[in-house]
Amino acid sequence: MKYLPDVTSLQFFSEKCTGCARCVEVCPHGVFIMDDKRARIIDRDMCMECGACARNCAFGAISVNAGVGCASAVINGMISGGEPSCDCSDTGGCC
Amino acid sequence: MEEIKPKKRIRLGDIKKSGCCGPGNTADSNGSQDNPKQPCCPGNRNKTVESSLPEVSRVSTELSRSDRFEHLRCRISAYRMRYTINPGLYAAGAPDNRSDVFVSANYKMSFDMLRSSLKGMNAWILVLDTKGINVWCAAGKGTFGTDELIKRIQDARLNQVVSHRRVIAPQLGGPGIAAHTVKERTGFRVHYGPVYAKDIKAYVEAGYIATKEMRTVRFTFLDRLVLTPMEINPAMKKYPLYALLVMIVFGLHTSGISFKNALAGGLPFLVLGLVSIFAGAFLTPLFIDSIPPRSFALKGWIAGMVSTLIFSRFTGVLEMNPALQAFTYLFFPLVSSYLALQFTGSTTFTNISGVRKELRFAMPVYISAVILSVALLALFKLRELGVI
Repeated sequence: MKYLPDVTSLQFFSEKCTGCARCVEVCPHGVFIMDDKRARIIDRDMCMECGACARNCAFGAISVNAGVGCASAVINGMISGGEPSCDCSDTGGCC
Repeated sequence: MEEIKPKKRIRLGDIKKSGCCGPGNTADSNGSQDNPKQPCCPGNRNKTVESSLPEVSRVSTELSRSDRFEHLRCRISAYRMRYTINPGLYAAGAPDNRSDVFVSANYKMSFDMLRSSLKGMNAWILVLDTKGINVWCAAGKGTFGTDELIKRIQDARLNQVVSHRRVIAPQLGGPGIAAHTVKERTGFRVHYGPVYAKDIKAYVEAGYIATKEMRTVRFTFLDRLVLTPMEINPAMKKYPLYALLVMIVFGLHTSGISFKNALAGGLPFLVLGLVSIFAGAFLTPLFIDSIPPRSFALKGWIAGMVSTLIFSRFTGVLEMNPALQAFTYLFFPLVSSYLALQFTGSTTFTNISGVRKELRFAMPVYISAVILSVALLALFKLRELGVI
């Protein structure tokens, strides 16, 4: 299952990669593979911007604007004028 | 907030030294607690040499009937908002200083999924305070996070409890935990276990190596099915208000309000309202992979339009005033579209950039459509009342 094409904010800076393979380990959609002792993105459109790869890259080789891909959170953010907030309250359907 | 605590609380030394409190001492996790004055293995407790270590609770790796009933309640209601356990260290089986340490959240469903996957194993479970939220969502919010993991490792004095220096975190905790920072500050290396707790045994047996399948999150028909009640619930809470408005529109006459007219005229729209909720919050999530566009707003609109077309035949909409027909085909598919878009919060593959892109287009459409729908109903009513 894939979501909208060409929207992800995922960026990979190959020159900073040390080949530790943490990104391959944490990505739940197999976006990264190891290729010649460095990581490489094989399918950007599978990225769900969870941010696990960037958080676990000790070398700053990955950046992504991570966030919960949840419409009600984004709408809450639009209304409050702040960041998307997923207030998973009693009635909230998300999480 | 209700705290659900497993039954037995024992000192670490008891477990290491005696092993007498075997897995038979099960916790049924129904919120009850043993009398704290009644110690487990009192004879051995006195011999404990490591009694300075914090107490841990021993939990069963079997789920009881009441656990399963509680899980069902979590799936269908707000019960899950207070389904928590105390953070801290727990023992599954009879772990010793070489046993693995698995990290979990204090949402009891997450904890139960983990402990029931440790059958036949002796392991420690380190529960983080995620405010009762599951691992993945809590990782996204940062409560299943680096600082919390470091704090729990230190509070439990894990470096004294185990002789090795590894903790196994669920892979989906990755968005919250910077493994290198945990290593720097505690000496413990974070190993990311498989996505699904059921694969833990295979992962450990393979020497802490997960296959690509174990590393990949899925979203099966069944996964989606269990999520639908909490998609339908919030929508149904708004339904009575909608029903009231429909009854007023169709019941209002120059001579007053007629309940008979309200029901006769409003019934098709009450039915179509339910149909649109069903299409957006149930059918779309279930058949998400069969409805062609990738946009959730469009998937929902298609499901809503098809359902509205089918049900408008049975509800007599085709013979109605053109304003009401226009209202029907404008309003109901967009209700389904809106509800389908909400499902992005529950999927395992949508991203926030995509949701923003959808909303930039969809929100103006929804808002204009609601204004136009109200105008169409007003037009119908004013004509009916002979005002225009």
